[in-house]
Amino acid sequence: METILETKDLRVEFRAQSGAQGKKLALKGLNLKVQAGEVFGFLGPNGAGKTTTMNVLLGFVNPTGGSASLFGVDVREPIARQRIGYLPELTYYYKFLTAEEILRFYAKIFGIGRAEADARIDRLMKLVELDHARKRPIKSYSKGMQQRVGLAQALINDPDLLILDEPTSGLDPLGRMKVREIIQRLKNEGKTVFFSSHELGEVETVCDRVAIINQGELKVEGRVEDLVKQHDANLEQIFLNIIGYQPQLAA
Amino acid sequence: MNTIIALSGVVIKEMYRRKDFYVLFVLTALITLVLGAVNFFNDDRIVKYLKEVCLLLIWISSLVIAIGTAARQIPAERENRTIFPLLAKPVSRWQVILGKFFGCWLACGLCLVVFYVFFLLLSGTREHQWPVLQYLQTFGLHWSLLAIVVGLVLLGSVVLTAPSSNATISFIVVLGILFVGRHLNTVALQQPEPLSTIVYTIYFLIPHLEWFDVRDLVIYGQRLVGWGDCLLAMAYAGVYTALLLGVSWVAFRRKALNL
Repeated sequence: METILETKDLRVEFRAQSGAQGKKLALKGLNLKVQAGEVFGFLGPNGAGKTTTMNVLLGFVNPTGGSASLFGVDVREPIARQRIGYLPELTYYYKFLTAEEILRFYAKIFGIGRAEADARIDRLMKLVELDHARKRPIKSYSKGMQQRVGLAQALINDPDLLILDEPTSGLDPLGRMKVREIIQRLKNEGKTVFFSSHELGEVETVCDRVAIINQGELKVEGRVEDLVKQHDANLEQIFLNIIGYQPQLAA
Repeated sequence: MNTIIALSGVVIKEMYRRKDFYVLFVLTALITLVLGAVNFFNDDRIVKYLKEVCLLLIWISSLVIAIGTAARQIPAERENRTIFPLLAKPVSRWQVILGKFFGCWLACGLCLVVFYVFFLLLSGTREHQWPVLQYLQTFGLHWSLLAIVVGLVLLGSVVLTAPSSNATISFIVVLGILFVGRHLNTVALQQPEPLSTIVYTIYFLIPHLEWFDVRDLVIYGQRLVGWGDCLLAMAYAGVYTALLLGVSWVAFRRKALNL
């Protein structure tokens, strides 16, 4: 099976914030491997290193040591991102553009021809149910609508790997359901999905495999069913054990 | 190339959807037309004064548009976090710099066209002369100057995080070069060493924006600048702009961007 995403002994060091001395290790030799066609859940508490890992995978931050690759290409090469779609946690788009213009802009970046771009924009606008609002500037959209534009732009190049950063955060139950449906649909189409989330129930439902990291280190990785069987607990309990959470009982 | 065109398109769209240009154009037009409606002391040179005021307003407006537009490019991308979905695509940072540059420069060019057409109509209807070639040359030199200004401000926008501080510093630097730059060699002659060498070095390092200012020739109806000289000045602008963009790219390439 083809390895789509791989990190080997990935280390990222940041200069400590002012006042503190030395450097902070955000990732301490992270090894990850995601195979083609998998839905891979990337979990960890806040500050565990999930976002740093995504930053490296997307080329925003250079690793201090080790390596990271997408489709076998070093993530520092822009071409590594030719076959990926990325949905950030919050919507970061040019607010003065309309949804259609945003999609056309990204289609142009991917070198998609006008006729093909038109067809894809029509299809994606229908998929995310924004066809009626495609000519309105994004600044007039609700948060849920903006998140759906995000999903559409992540799919404009028909990516083989989708990187989703907490795709359902801030969405209402219906919105979450729709995002889950789309992930499921992509999985059925043989696409690979790598996503971080704090919604463990959702991860358990959607993911084939998960990795849990804490303090920049990989703590556990495996198939969801295997982990549940092995620890005799649900994913939430496994997660809490791994991060060393001690429940405080009310007196 | 697609990426650079796409990025430039967004900058141009942003410019025509903001109100800056419209406000500046309406102000320039209003001030000039009001001044043109009165004839102080029955002075028959009023048209020259009118042209001088109009060109001055066009220069101020063009600098405001160029600096204002270029100053917010990279900081606004970072502040609004639009840089993240953009760089998550197969886009390299030099493409971002080039796309932003061409977007800002073309946007400034479009504004200049509107301003110069207004100026041509105004002076033509008053003087009954249509020196289109001279105005074209003035426009070309003015636009070349704006390439250097946009390059300079883009460099500032990579180094400085706040658009307002970048715009202020850029204004001071550009106005300093325009007003003082041409006199630095004379100043250097009057200084003791090593100050003289330092001032001379600055004189040779700064882009000489005053070389692109041929307003007096237009106002007083003098003959055209030689086309060879004109092309040399444009090549000079091209070299300086390329240098500034190169430095901007090096600075931007080294910047870590954290979500």
